[in-house]
Amino acid sequence: MPPTIALDVIRYRPERNEEPSFQTYEVPFRDDWVVLDALNYIKDWLDGSLSFRWSCRMGVCGSCGMMVNGQPKLTCAAYLSDHQPGPIRVEPLNYFPIVRDLVVDITEFLRKLTKVKPWIIRDQVWPVEEGEYRQTPAQLDTYRQFSQCINCMLCYAACPIVGLEPEFVGPAAIALAQRYNLDSRDEAAKQRLKILSDHAGIWGCTFVGECTQVCPKHVDPAGAIQQFKLTGALDALKSLLLPWGTR
Amino acid sequence: MSDLSHHTRYHPRWYRRRMSVWWWLKNRAYSKFVLRELTSVFVALFAILFLWQLRALAHGPDAYAQFTARLKAPLFLTIDTVAFLFVLFHTITWFNLTPTAMVVRVRGKRVPDKIVAGSNYIVWVLLSGIVAWILTRG
Repeated sequence: MPPTIALDVIRYRPERNEEPSFQTYEVPFRDDWVVLDALNYIKDWLDGSLSFRWSCRMGVCGSCGMMVNGQPKLTCAAYLSDHQPGPIRVEPLNYFPIVRDLVVDITEFLRKLTKVKPWIIRDQVWPVEEGEYRQTPAQLDTYRQFSQCINCMLCYAACPIVGLEPEFVGPAAIALAQRYNLDSRDEAAKQRLKILSDHAGIWGCTFVGECTQVCPKHVDPAGAIQQFKLTGALDALKSLLLPWGTR
Repeated sequence: MSDLSHHTRYHPRWYRRRMSVWWWLKNRAYSKFVLRELTSVFVALFAILFLWQLRALAHGPDAYAQFTARLKAPLFLTIDTVAFLFVLFHTITWFNLTPTAMVVRVRGKRVPDKIVAGSNYIVWVLLSGIVAWILTRG
């Protein structure tokens, strides 16, 4: 008999269940299979009613993030062979409301993301005839790492502050704010500092550091937040020492 | 089952999982984080003790002798030792955090994290050496 591995998957059907519960599925074990392959096998052959999000299968789209054995992971990059002998526990991302089975509601995340204005803001926009806003490789290098975020929300599921303080803007959004702050074409760092200089913003973070550990794109959100804090602290100090200075 | 009546096809009922009281035991990083939060009290205590020492110093040799005599009590020794250990824990956390919070660039290249963090330790050892030299000199 070919080898198999068990998956304990959270099921929640709001029209039928009071609360989520685990259902166990036995799937074929293959060396080249990831958890997402196993979920698709379940969906195709065992139970078509299982709901989960996925798209690209290669760590680009950021939609297949789930808790695998309690760790936030992109299921397209979590190999079955790394979780032998099983059973592998598959749950929806921590701290997000569950819509159905492994699908979570991301409305709050999207609200937080737009709150930090993650786009280029300029005091004066050049007319198109003036050409593009040029940037040197060194200027690109300052924010490049933070621009790799794919909004997979693994960092939110790893951050206990997100669970404890629902208003906390969270790692990915702050990292993205920092990404635009560091962009030489952007001129809205002060605006974003104002938005994020409170307990729901950068000061909510107490440097647990797990966001950086779980990030599949090596964005280092914890680093972005600490750098943002340093800017915020220096700004506060400056306005204390030079209250008459131009702000 | 009364809650189920709220679920209609176009108004789904979401489920919010509650955070366990023991969430901070699930992961080493979480435990360390909670330990840091709780032990910050000792850092404050250590600072207060230091200010108290300065105050005694300002009040003259007699007051300072009285202060040091008081510190020799077992209770103070214990508190001071525990506080010192936690201050050490926080100091190391801070030192290791610096490369994360500060991106140092020399000639356009990012200085490796180990050098940024390491320079803290070097300055620490140097300053400790100077203090030790001053203390042992006389």
